[in-house]
Amino acid sequence: MFAGFTAPRQSVRPSRMETVLSISGLGKTYKSGHQALVGVDLDIAKGEIFALLGPNGAGKTTLISIVCGIVTASSGTVTVAGHDHSRDYRAARSMIGLVPQELHTDSFETVIATVSFSRGLFGKARNPAFIEQLLRDLSLWDKRDSKIMELSGGMKRRVMIAKALSHEPEILFLDEPTAGVDVELRRDMWNMVRGLRERGVTIILTTHYIEEAEEMADRVGVISKGQLILVEEKHALIKKLGRKTLTLNLAEPLDAIPGELADWRLELAGEGHELVYEFDSQAEATGVPSLLRRMSDIGIGFKDLHTKQSSLEDIFVGLVHETSSKQNGAEQAA
Amino acid sequence: MISNIRGIRAIYLFEMARFGRTFWTSLMLPVITTALYFVVFGSAIGSRMTEVGSVPYGAFIVPGLMMLTMFTESISNASFGIYMPKWTGTIYEMLSAPMSPLELLIAYVGAAATKSVIIGAIIFATAHLFVDIQVAHPLWMAGFMMLMAITFCLFGFIIGIWAQSFEQLQVIPLLVVYPLTFLGGAFYSLDMLPAAWRTVTLFNPVVYLISGFRWTFFGEGDVGIGVSMGAVALFLTLCLGVIFWMFRTGYRLKN
Repeated sequence: MFAGFTAPRQSVRPSRMETVLSISGLGKTYKSGHQALVGVDLDIAKGEIFALLGPNGAGKTTLISIVCGIVTASSGTVTVAGHDHSRDYRAARSMIGLVPQELHTDSFETVIATVSFSRGLFGKARNPAFIEQLLRDLSLWDKRDSKIMELSGGMKRRVMIAKALSHEPEILFLDEPTAGVDVELRRDMWNMVRGLRERGVTIILTTHYIEEAEEMADRVGVISKGQLILVEEKHALIKKLGRKTLTLNLAEPLDAIPGELADWRLELAGEGHELVYEFDSQAEATGVPSLLRRMSDIGIGFKDLHTKQSSLEDIFVGLVHETSSKQNGAEQAA
Repeated sequence: MISNIRGIRAIYLFEMARFGRTFWTSLMLPVITTALYFVVFGSAIGSRMTEVGSVPYGAFIVPGLMMLTMFTESISNASFGIYMPKWTGTIYEMLSAPMSPLELLIAYVGAAATKSVIIGAIIFATAHLFVDIQVAHPLWMAGFMMLMAITFCLFGFIIGIWAQSFEQLQVIPLLVVYPLTFLGGAFYSLDMLPAAWRTVTLFNPVVYLISGFRWTFFGEGDVGIGVSMGAVALFLTLCLGVIFWMFRTGYRLKN
């Protein structure tokens, strides 16, 4: 059903803009034999916000960890602004900031000490004014002398972000930035991401909250079982894969769909009170007007109707299901 | 190989601050331990002991006592220093930073060795309260102390990377290094042992280290200073070799 959009190579390369991160043929097989990544190719344009979607265990964190130098790849190459990330690791890593998924902190350190530490670790000269501004931006300035263990989970998350931004990276990785985060912090985080983008920072975030990708990303990549199964502009994706459903609230309930309506893919719902029609909103003929005409011809009346555009979530679930059933099929065939 | 001096400085100061938080316990522990050893070995037993060679027993045990404490402190500080980030997960930041393995090593081992040397110096000063000690080769003594601190910190660093639990972190220092040091002539001269035991003891590598350090104090040891220096060089090379291999393969750090 989604054939044509599952082949990533056509749309992987952003055309117009300068590439800041280039991943090719990246693979990772853990000692246990688990294949976390299989031949991933991906180019990220400078200044874009890229959302990597996928279910738990799909390989999102492995991908990020390899790019950041925490995990060694089994195969493939990564270049950051032209610097090979293993041969020229200093130049490559200097450009990258990482906010990991877990809250890894030094409990006994103060906020300002741990953030200044991160800046030093990345070889940057001390800059108290910059650190102050950073902590103010993240609402951490008042807590600068607090020990990290005294902070709430949300505050710790902010500290992790401050650490990642302390060396003024040009690429920021956010691994599940809003997992277990309250609404306020999530909104702050989105604002922060937009602010960073305005300054030209490239942002790559992983999430399994579709709304996050829908809200923020320029492009979306879907990863499943270690394979990048789709990379697409967000709007194009929704448009291309977007399906709509039309729901008609019937005047009289139906026991079965009448034979006269067999040409449309219809379903009965709500104990026969609702007629649901799924259609492709991009198609030349959606079938909606003809359906309504035919219904009036055969005397089926309706009280109300509404249509719904499928969200990224529906698309995502559809894609992931499709790949896993394909893989299962292939395995069975073999 | 070394260019991120600021990164080294950040980790070194972080580690020193960690020691600073436990400054008084770190300081008092060696002082009290030394005092206890002197009360037991120096006064109670020592008064019944004859001189060892030409050295009074009280003074004789000072180098051994310093080495015993420095070995265990070096291993525990260095292993803890690298194990903690692994345990809390903050290691992600060191690995993602533009730092070479050598820079990480210098920072962690440098900080742990600094602390060991300070503790060694405190024991030396405390010992002065109990006995009169003349150091025959002060420069050699200082050099030997630093070399021992660095070597055992490297060893501790290896244990810290290898360990996957707090128990494993403790097991080598407690079950291997402490007994070997105790039986390695920290409190006695090999000449005091029966011939058979003496031969067995010569297989204990720590004997050569303690003997070398004692030489810097009194100009005499159980074995020649050349043999001792050879043993130190061997142990140092061994540790560096293992660490080089660990960094090359990313052993227990990058997977």
